[in-house]
Amino acid sequence: MAMKLMKGNHALAEAAVRAGCRFFGGYPITPQTEILEYLSARLPEVGGVFLQAESELGGINMVYGAAAAGCRAMTSSSGPGFSLLQEGISYIASAELPAVFVDVQRYGSGLGDIFQAQSDYFTATRCGGHGDYKLLVYAPASVQESVDLTMLAFDKADEYRNPALLLSDASIAQMMEPVELPEMRDVNFDRPWAMRGKHGGPNKRVSSTMYYIEDFDAYIKAKYDAMIAREQRWESVRVEDADVVLVAYGVSARICKEAVALARERGMRLGLLRPISLWPFPVKGFESVNPDVRGYLAVELSALPRLRDDVLLATGQRVPTESFLGGMHIPEPSAIIEKAAELIAE
Amino acid sequence: MAEKRTPALLVEDNRYCPGCGHGIINRILAEVLEEMGLADEAVVSLAVGCGGLMMYSFGTDWIQAPHGRAAAVATGIKRVRPETCVIAYQGDGDALAIGFSETMYAAIRNENITTIIVNNGIYGMTGGQMAPTTLPGQKTATSPAGRDAETTGLPLDVIAFMKERKVGYLARGALHSAKEINKVKKYIRAAVENQQSGGGYALVEILSPCPTNWHMTPEAAMKHIEAEVEPRYPLGEFVKNGVKVNA
Ligand SMILES: Cc1ncc(C[n+]2csc(CCOP(=O)(O)OP(=O)(O)O)c2C)c(N)n1
Ligand code: SF4
Ligand SMILES: [Mg+2]
Repeated sequence: MAMKLMKGNHALAEAAVRAGCRFFGGYPITPQTEILEYLSARLPEVGGVFLQAESELGGINMVYGAAAAGCRAMTSSSGPGFSLLQEGISYIASAELPAVFVDVQRYGSGLGDIFQAQSDYFTATRCGGHGDYKLLVYAPASVQESVDLTMLAFDKADEYRNPALLLSDASIAQMMEPVELPEMRDVNFDRPWAMRGKHGGPNKRVSSTMYYIEDFDAYIKAKYDAMIAREQRWESVRVEDADVVLVAYGVSARICKEAVALARERGMRLGLLRPISLWPFPVKGFESVNPDVRGYLAVELSALPRLRDDVLLATGQRVPTESFLGGMHIPEPSAIIEKAAELIAE
Repeated sequence: MAEKRTPALLVEDNRYCPGCGHGIINRILAEVLEEMGLADEAVVSLAVGCGGLMMYSFGTDWIQAPHGRAAAVATGIKRVRPETCVIAYQGDGDALAIGFSETMYAAIRNENITTIIVNNGIYGMTGGQMAPTTLPGQKTATSPAGRDAETTGLPLDVIAFMKERKVGYLARGALHSAKEINKVKKYIRAAVENQQSGGGYALVEILSPCPTNWHMTPEAAMKHIEAEVEPRYPLGEFVKNGVKVNA
């Protein structure tokens, strides 16, 4: 199949259409607005519905309704808008509906700014809204992965009847790369649970499933445990003999890959573990790391450590585990190498 | 005399307080859907509030919307399943305070759904706090000295906002007499018919008693609607078939 040069946001949006997404309700906010703009033209071409909502609250609740009606549905946002989505996300998760959300991360609390960041890690991976739920969270590190993980997110959301989140960032969203797009999928929305009038059967009730499932606590824990067991995804680069392993996702992982190559040229044994699923966190990926590894460095574009917590949990804090915090700036590979070297020198 | 049959859509006894208006409105809605042959096509977007208790007793497909968002949820359903008959069933606090934006924007888009707003002048479910519809001077759990219009504004008349827009159908009814209840049924029927003919947004607001939080007997609550509430909220049809009428 022919490769096509595409921008991250556009490729992600086209992938959603090819995954069978036929409803999008959302609100403009940089740096995700191109998803909205793209789908405003594209969805009507395939018989889908695009709605510009009055707010992110409106958008996410339209997605809730569309998803409950059986449709593959999506919304996307960033920063302050991602905060507003959380109420609806909690409802969608509690009703065990499949839906896909996108957070193209931008920097800062409050209004923040429009450039890239990775500060929404906790909101994304812990449970951004109220109650007990988890999202399947995928972190693309390239335009191609924005496509592939979008397809995967829709499939996994259906498989587990649990919403999935694509955690992108401004730089992955804005970069142009050649991509291979998958074929258009044909998805049957007349699923047995879909609300479309009861038509002689029992009435369908869409609400928190806690009202209907016996021993709900155990049930819901088992559901998420199954995802933890089966859905960990990662890429590892030369971790088997590494003295220091970098852990990074998304745009940071791209810089870290360069850092590993550069360090190896210099004779330093650096490796990279790149989580592709942020939840479930790829704890299993650490099994192939050099047993004599001397330290971990979590590299992320935030002012405060986030990813580092998960590295500590995954490794049991056996060796020094530090953060390289890019903050507002995409770091130079050499700066990462320097910090990694300090870790071994200590 | 016609036989008083309980609609099959009312699958269980309702869980409202004695004398609550929600029970009457649920029954009317069930009757209308059955009479129109829509019991199998209907999907109700249920608000958070006492109306949410419908989940136990109302036999159509339904979805529990977050507080205030029933119109947005209804929009999502209707847009992907235009063949269903979508009803947003909401309280006045839900639709007109926390959800005012979602409610108004469904009307502004002329969304082809039917909204029912139960105006009981109060937040019933949470124990009788002040609502956007609370009357000036009315004592509630959060306006113990009576609603002060100077600092909290005047009661909100949503139909006054909506009738200037392009919408399909707007009416306001009340439950204080058999005659008015019959009119409410006529309005709900017209609002559902409006949706079935693709007429756009339809709203029926209903002045309804909350004896529990008004601290009144059911009879006194009905009298209160007639004497105190109705003068604030004119009854009748305001828009029909997309055209303003003089109520
Ligand atoms: C986000 C959120 N805020 C507050 C509540 C608590 N709450 C539940 S029902 C309700 C008020 C309902 O009042 P109304 O819509 O007038 O319905 P009624 O019970 O009077 O019929 C409130 C504030 C909630 N469930 N969710
Ligand atoms: S509290 Fe009021 S609105 Fe709620 S069920 Fe009781 S009477 Fe009805
Ligand atoms: Mg109320």
